[in-house]
Amino acid sequence: MDTELNAIEIRNLTKRFGNFTAVDNISFNVRNGEIFGFLGANGAGKTTAMRILCGLSRPSEGEGTVAGYDIRNEQEKIKRNIGYMSQKFSLYPDLTVGENIRLFGGIYGLNDRQIREKTEEMLSMLDLRQERDKYAGSLPLGWKQKLSFCIALIHDPRIIFLDEPTGGVDPETRRRFWELIYDTAEKGTTIFVTTHYMDEAEYCDRVSVMVDGKIAALDSPENLKTRFSARNMDEVFRIIAGRAEREERP
Amino acid sequence: MAAIEIRNISKSYRDIRAVQDISLKVDEGEIFGLIGPDGAGKTTLFRIMTTLMLADSGSGEICGHDIVRDYYGIRKIIGYMPGKFSLYQDLSVRENLEFFATLFGTTIKDNYDNIKEIYSQIEPFRDRRAGKLSGGMKQKLALCCALVHRPSVLFLDEPTTGVDAVSRKDFWTMLRRIRSSGVTIFVSTPYMDEAALCDRLALIQNGGIIGSGTPEEIVSAYPYRILAVKGPSMYPLLKALRKIDGTVSCFSFGDCHHVAYDPARTCREAILGKAAEEGFADCSAEEISPGIEDCFMQLSGKWILN
Amino acid sequence: MKEFLASVKKEFRHIFRDRRTVLIVMIMPVIQIILFGFAVSTEVNRVRVMVCGDMSDISVMRITDRIDNNRYLEIAGTLSNPGEIEDVFRRNEADVAVCFGMDFGRESVSPSGNARVRIIGDGSDPNTARMTVSYVAGVIQQEQQDISTSLAGEKRPSMAPVVQLMYNPAMKSSYNFVPGVMGLILMLICSMMTAVSIVREKETGTLELLLVSPVKPVWVILSKLMPYLVLSAVNFASILLLSHYVMEVPVKGSLILLSAAALVFVITSLAIGILVSVISSSQRTAMLICGMGLTMPTMIFSGIIFPCESMPEVLQWFSDIIPAKWFIIMVKKIMIQGGGLAAVAREMSILTGMAVVLLAASIRSFRTRLQ
Repeated sequence: MDTELNAIEIRNLTKRFGNFTAVDNISFNVRNGEIFGFLGANGAGKTTAMRILCGLSRPSEGEGTVAGYDIRNEQEKIKRNIGYMSQKFSLYPDLTVGENIRLFGGIYGLNDRQIREKTEEMLSMLDLRQERDKYAGSLPLGWKQKLSFCIALIHDPRIIFLDEPTGGVDPETRRRFWELIYDTAEKGTTIFVTTHYMDEAEYCDRVSVMVDGKIAALDSPENLKTRFSARNMDEVFRIIAGRAEREERP
Repeated sequence: MAAIEIRNISKSYRDIRAVQDISLKVDEGEIFGLIGPDGAGKTTLFRIMTTLMLADSGSGEICGHDIVRDYYGIRKIIGYMPGKFSLYQDLSVRENLEFFATLFGTTIKDNYDNIKEIYSQIEPFRDRRAGKLSGGMKQKLALCCALVHRPSVLFLDEPTTGVDAVSRKDFWTMLRRIRSSGVTIFVSTPYMDEAALCDRLALIQNGGIIGSGTPEEIVSAYPYRILAVKGPSMYPLLKALRKIDGTVSCFSFGDCHHVAYDPARTCREAILGKAAEEGFADCSAEEISPGIEDCFMQLSGKWILN
Repeated sequence: MKEFLASVKKEFRHIFRDRRTVLIVMIMPVIQIILFGFAVSTEVNRVRVMVCGDMSDISVMRITDRIDNNRYLEIAGTLSNPGEIEDVFRRNEADVAVCFGMDFGRESVSPSGNARVRIIGDGSDPNTARMTVSYVAGVIQQEQQDISTSLAGEKRPSMAPVVQLMYNPAMKSSYNFVPGVMGLILMLICSMMTAVSIVREKETGTLELLLVSPVKPVWVILSKLMPYLVLSAVNFASILLLSHYVMEVPVKGSLILLSAAALVFVITSLAIGILVSVISSSQRTAMLICGMGLTMPTMIFSGIIFPCESMPEVLQWFSDIIPAKWFIIMVKKIMIQGGGLAAVAREMSILTGMAVVLLAASIRSFRTRLQ
C-alpha cells in the first residue's frame, strides 16, 4: 500500500446496522488526482460508504486510509484534509457571497490574508465579483453549486467528495460544473463524485458501481463498456444494477 | 375537449417572476412532459393547475373546469403527487392508501383493479410505516395514493428526482401502462433523457416555455447540425473545439463532445482540420441528430457564440 | 362524514404513534403540579421566628408560646439585642424576627397604648417575606384581641385591624397555582399541539394533498381539533384529581360549571392554535409563537408568579385580552370560592365571546389554497 499514489485506500470495509449489512466487505483504491465516479442504485450503500470515507461514521470492520489518515481513529484529521459538497445547497443563504467565503475560510483555520486572497481568487474564477455583496440564497442554482464547490476547496484539500453535485441543474450549467471539476483535477485534487446522470459517469477516469453493498464493477468507463458490450454507461449501469437482489432501504 | 388548457398564466412572488405568460394545451390520454431544471417554475405551474395557488393573471381549465371558479370540481377529478414524498410517514402503507381513498369518498376495494399493478408490488409491506419504506417503494405508494380515486388527470411533479437510472426506467414503464387506461398524465422532470418518453412536451426555463411539441417536432426545429467528436484527451479537445470558427457551441455529452455548427459557415471536414491544426489529429467525428438536451441548450439561449 | 371520521382516526394515530409526545403531554400537568406544590412553594410553612425582647416579660412569653404552638410557625431562638437580627438573617437562621419594646407586658395592658412590637421580615425573598410578616402579625393581633377580651371591664377597640384571609386561611399557594397550571396546560396542549400538527403537514407537503382533495377545509380543521379536545379533557381530569387529593384544594363550586368553563377555554385555545398555524410556515415558528406569545403571558397574567393587581395599569389592560386570565379567574371563583354561574357570568361571557370570534376567524383564515 503506497499512500503516495493513492488518495483513498479501503480494505474489506464493512458497515452493519443491526443485522443489516449496508456495506459488505468492499475494497478499492482511488489514485491521487483521479476523478472517481461512485455509482450505485438507491440504497446500494453508497451514502453509508461515503460517510465512512468522510470521517462521519466508523466502519464495523475493515481498514483504510483517506488522504493518508486512518478511517478508524484519525477521523478529525481526515475531516481537515477533505472537502465535501452535497446536492443540497450547503451555504448560508442569509449571508452574502463574501461573508460565506470568509466564514468557511475561518472554519478551516485560514488567516485573514489567506481568506482575502482566496476570496479574490474564487470571485474572479467564478466571475462572481458583481455578486459579492448579494445574499447567497438569491443566486441562481448553478452559481450556488459552483460557489459551494469552490468553498469546499477553500482549505486546499487533497480530496473532494461531491454528493450528486449536479442534481436538478440545467444541462449547460451541469456541463460547466464538470469543466470546473476537470480544472480542479488538473491541479492535482482527487475528485470522488456520485451522480444519477449516467453521461457524467463517462467523464470519470474510473467508475465503481455498488450493488447490494458490494462493489460489483470498478474500471474505466471505456473498459466497462467493452466488458458489458454496452454502447454507453447508462446501459452498463442498468446491466449491473439490474442484478440487485436486495430491496433498498431508506 | 382538452384535458388541460391554460392561457397566459403568470405568477410572481414579490419581485421574483416564477412563471411568465405560459400557455399549454394537453390532450386527453397523453403523457405531457414539462422539462426544465430546478427553479424554472415547474412546481409553481403545478400548483396553479392543481388549484393550490392562484395565478396573478391568465386563465385555464382542467377537463372543462375553470381553475379558479371551479376548483372544487377539479379537486374531485385529479390525482396529484407533489415533488417531495408527501405521505404520512407514521401511518402504514395500507393506512395511507385507505385514508386517501376515503378522502375522495371511495375505498381501496372499489378501485383495486385500478392500482393493482403498482399496489401488488408494495402490498407485501402493507403494514410497514411509510417512513420506513425505501425510496422506490415510497414512490410507488405515492403513485397508488394519487391513483386510488380513478382520477382523469394525473399530475406528477418530479416523480423521478433523486431516483437511480434503473428505477426511473421502471417508473416510466408504469406511467405508460397508466396512460393506456385513458388517464392524462402531466409530468415534470429535470432529466432531459426522459423527454423522449413523453408524447408531447414543453421545455421550461426561467419561468417561460422555450419550446414545445412532440419530441420529433422539437428535434426537427433544431437550427444547426451536430458533430459528435471523440479524441484521446477530451478536456483539452473541448477547449480547442470551442475556439474553432463556425461552431456555435461545444459541450461534453457522455463519451463525446457535441459540436453544434452552422452548415452555412463550416463543415465536418473543416472542423476536423482545425482540430488537427490545434494538435488533435486522431479525432473521430460523426454527424448525429440532436437530442432533446441539445435542443434545450440551444433554446435556453445561453450559448457561447463565436 | 366518513371523510371526517377517517381524518379523526388518522389524527389519533399520529398522536399515539408519537409515544414521546403523548407521554410528555400526559405527564406535564403532574410534574407542574408537583413542582409548584412542593418545590417553588410560596406557602407560609415552618417559618422560623426569632424573638428579641425581654424573655422574663409574661406578655412576651405568651406571644412566643403562641407563635411556637402555631402550625405554620416555630421559634428559632431568642436574641437580646435587635442589632443581631441582621446577622441571623444573613446566616439564614430565621425567616422573620419579632422585636418587643421595653416594658411590653405593662404597656400592652395600659390604656396609654404604648406597647411596641416590630416584625422584621427577610426581604431577600419579598413574596415570602410579605406573607410571613402578615401571618405573624395576625398571630400577635390575635393575642391582643384576647387580652382585650380578658380585660372585660375596660373594653376598648383593638389597635389594629385583624388580618384574616378568607377562603385560604393558611395562604396555601396551591389555591393560586392550581387554576394557573390548569390554564397553562390547557392552553399549551390546545394551541401549541394544534398549531404544530397543522404546520407539520405544511412542512411535509401532505397539506397540499389534503387541499387538492375534495374534502372541505373546515372538516380538515375539525378533525385536527378532536384528539386535542380529548387530550385536554384527560389533562383537565388529572389536574383536578391531583389538586384535590394531593394538594387538598377543594372544589367548592359545581363541577359541571367548571367543566363548561374549561370547554369554552379549550375551544378558544384551539382556535388560537389554528390561527398560529396559518401564520407560521415551520414547526419551529409555531412553537416560538406559542411559547413566547401564549405561554409566557399566560404564566405572567395567571397569577402563578405575580398577582395581576400589582401590575402597572397598561399591563392590566393588556392582560384583559388574554383568554387564560378570564379562565383562571373563573376557576378560582368556582373551585375555591364556590361561586355559581352568576358569579362567573361576566368572565364566562367574555371568554365565550373570544371563543366565537377566534373560531370564526380561524376557520375563515384557513384557506382553500396554499397562499
